[in-house]
Amino acid sequence: MSAPRSRVAVTGLGTVNPLGADVASTWKAALAGTSAARTLDNDWKESYGLSVDFACQIVPGALDSLSRPESRKLDPSGQYAMVAAREAWADAGSPDVDPTRLGVVVGSGIGGLWTTLDQWDVVRERGARRVNPFTVPMLMANSSSAHISMELDARAGAHTPVSACASGAEAVAYGLTMIRENRADVVVVGGTEASIHPMTLAAFANIRALSSRVDDPEHASRPYDADRDGFVLGEGAGILVLESEEHAAARGARVYAHVAGRGMASDAHHISAPSAEGQSRAMREAIADADLEAKDVVHVNSHGTSTPLGDIGELNAVSEALGGVTDQIVVTSTKSMTGHLLGGAGALESVFATLAAHHRTAPPTINIENLDPEVPMAIAQNAPAELPSGDIAVLNNAFGFGGHDIAVVLTSA
Amino acid sequence: MAHTENEILAGLAEIVNEETGVATEDVQLEKSFTDDLDIDSISMMTIVVNAEEKFDVRIPDEEVKNLATVGDAVTFITGAQN
Repeated sequence: MSAPRSRVAVTGLGTVNPLGADVASTWKAALAGTSAARTLDNDWKESYGLSVDFACQIVPGALDSLSRPESRKLDPSGQYAMVAAREAWADAGSPDVDPTRLGVVVGSGIGGLWTTLDQWDVVRERGARRVNPFTVPMLMANSSSAHISMELDARAGAHTPVSACASGAEAVAYGLTMIRENRADVVVVGGTEASIHPMTLAAFANIRALSSRVDDPEHASRPYDADRDGFVLGEGAGILVLESEEHAAARGARVYAHVAGRGMASDAHHISAPSAEGQSRAMREAIADADLEAKDVVHVNSHGTSTPLGDIGELNAVSEALGGVTDQIVVTSTKSMTGHLLGGAGALESVFATLAAHHRTAPPTINIENLDPEVPMAIAQNAPAELPSGDIAVLNNAFGFGGHDIAVVLTSA
Repeated sequence: MAHTENEILAGLAEIVNEETGVATEDVQLEKSFTDDLDIDSISMMTIVVNAEEKFDVRIPDEEVKNLATVGDAVTFITGAQN
């Protein structure tokens, strides 16, 4: 007989993202329906012939709390994660926990992209001797989880899921597993990405994944709108402090919500095209893992990247997973406001899903001018939607290139 | 044009401060990089690479282990310039 499943408490939140440099300002901007997409203030278009020259960059001043030596030893992806982790830890009340019972799980889709490419430039232009000795510890994808483990003296294990755009959500799921397996009482989980770079923009544009709405970037990310034409690249980090119910209760911690279940599937289908079958399987597993039924799910923070095929495919997978019980659901894609944070996306969206369960409010999907007639369920169109009172469940989906499907269920505290 | 020992000390102090956050006034000739300034081996290599560029000298890897104190580094760089 398998061990009984348990849920874990979310006791701290932190983020650095295109809408805000902390959770409070981010939630406020999200409820106000703010678009973070802007034309990039640089010469990349002229210098490299980029066809897409807009993105959602982190807000100015977001990294001001880092000392100069810290900034010099962390790739931007690590800087985002560190600032967000410090906020989340302080928000949780800096819990007193045995270091061997404190874990870290922070994923990234790519890792230290800027460090890798900058130091390759150094080798070519200035020679091998000038390469920064910190290059390897900065570029490795596990740099963020390692640095956060040192910052917090977390010794139960520091892990780094890498599953493209599902990485951040996979970290949340793995944190739940660590606590259920009794490897830790507290786990700091999340995801980070800093990949707004001309090479990345060119590569995503060349597979036609990006919106090409260069004349109107603020309205380019429009999940579920009939005229959506691709995602807008974003950046940033989301971090959550997960804690066993016993540990949280013993110290009287404020609990935002619970992570009640997770589902994971792999499509074994295509390196970049999604599969509704894998997605719905992950969602079904997450709901069953949480000991819930379809009718309990009232809100979905969808993966919804604003691509023509992906958005509808995901909603059809939601219908399939819930056996058609979707009248009670309101869906949103916060990527309409933040852009797509890749490995940070699933983590930031778990922060949004936690806040949605906590405040009983679904943040809006902005930029919907003509709702796609194929959308099979209610969307929080251009305005926040109130969620019901009582026990509610929120589903957060994240899917990654490679066919990685992650679904996380959050329940109201 | 060669730098004076005082210029080299001041320049090294700036590099150490940039890389590690140690206050420039704490970077004094008798201070040990490891025992007094708490500088690890990768940070030391970063300081060496930056010092080579700043003072236009070459500090061979086999020499780095002999640079125990800030004064050792100032002396080596001064000699290497000539």
